[in-house]
Amino acid sequence: MSDISLGKISRDGLWNNNPALVQLLGLCPLLAVTASIVNALGLGLATLLVLVGSNTAVSLIRNLVPTEVRLPAFVMIIASFVTCAELLMKAYTFELYQILGIFIPLIVTNCAILGRADAFAAKNPVLPAATDGLMMGLGFMAVLVLLGAMRELFGQGTLFAGMELLLGPMAADWQLTVFPDYSFLFLVLPPGAFFCMGLIIATKKAIDERLDQRRKAAAAETPKVSRRVRVTGTIS
Amino acid sequence: MFEHYLSLFIKAVFVENMALAFFLGMCTFLAVSKKIQSAIGLGVAVVVVLAVTVPVNNLILNYLLREGALTWTGLEGAESIDLSFLGYLSYIGVIAAIVQILEMFLDKFVPALYNALGVFLPLITVNCAILGAALFMVQRDYTFGESVIYGVGAGFGWALAIAALAGIREKLKYSDVPAGLQGLGITFITVGLMSLGFMSFSGVQL
Repeated sequence: MSDISLGKISRDGLWNNNPALVQLLGLCPLLAVTASIVNALGLGLATLLVLVGSNTAVSLIRNLVPTEVRLPAFVMIIASFVTCAELLMKAYTFELYQILGIFIPLIVTNCAILGRADAFAAKNPVLPAATDGLMMGLGFMAVLVLLGAMRELFGQGTLFAGMELLLGPMAADWQLTVFPDYSFLFLVLPPGAFFCMGLIIATKKAIDERLDQRRKAAAAETPKVSRRVRVTGTIS
Repeated sequence: MFEHYLSLFIKAVFVENMALAFFLGMCTFLAVSKKIQSAIGLGVAVVVVLAVTVPVNNLILNYLLREGALTWTGLEGAESIDLSFLGYLSYIGVIAAIVQILEMFLDKFVPALYNALGVFLPLITVNCAILGAALFMVQRDYTFGESVIYGVGAGFGWALAIAALAGIREKLKYSDVPAGLQGLGITFITVGLMSLGFMSFSGVQL
């Protein structure tokens, strides 16, 4: 059962099967809150926490829950973890909690989490399930932060603005002003998120295609060598 | 009174469109918008589920969860019980239960509609537009009447948006899209443009 290597799980979560770019799950928070890096990172961390917790819990009870009621049971587990995450954010990062608002409770219906619980955690032991949660969460967070960085840089001309909301006073002077006195409202508003997301997906496709071609080129070279060997073999 | 409800409805459909202004229910919005027919089927299902779940969650909030909501039980100390931390658990539980009940009800009494909705009905449980509407209802403190109107309006707006996107995507099949953007890339950009159009409603005061 545990022949799935942790390395493969990690690669799948971060790139090959990235929840946001390939499976296109959990799009609502992805598009709505990524106007700046700090929002994206805050929500990404909350999602990561919930994903690891729910995957572990689901994997622990996977043999106890009858299949007919598994989805409601999983949703309830996820909702409990989201409540924990929300209370934590309320306690330690209150301002960020107010900015993210309705999107923290909406982690409950983030299909990426339920999808992983049903597709992976319900069929695998605890360690792979927790790793899968961690890696999928990191992959999701990476896309969130990338999108947040794009929109913040080209929308407001800054990077890392307001990081003290998440990391405390030590991050207060992290703000980088790349383009002073610049703002492009279109990217700050939600439609900009769709544009950036479309472009990111297209870029990933292009990179994958290039990797594929390189692999094919490498594969095309190897048979040539072996054929030559075989040919000489038959002659002699 | 009537005017208030009408403006609430219009606001829920256009100004605060679930799909294009708040980006809720995006996963299904993009996945099921390839054909107009299935898009409309899903839209109808969302309207029905929202029209039922938002008012029911309103009752749950007001008679079970809110601070002091349990006073009607007459138990000692019931005025000081605050169960609002159980909010998300109960809302999503209510939604899952109602979708299940609705499925059984339609199967038995309206088989035509049941067959038309097919696989979309169970999927609605994890549509964020449904939970999102319940959360907005809580946040804005709607009364029972308002929550009925809001539920129908929010569902109608979502259905309108998905039908419109499906229409565009059916036409898009015949156009020449750059290779990298084909498929989902161009769909995202289309939705971005649609959402830009709906942004123009955002200044409207009702």
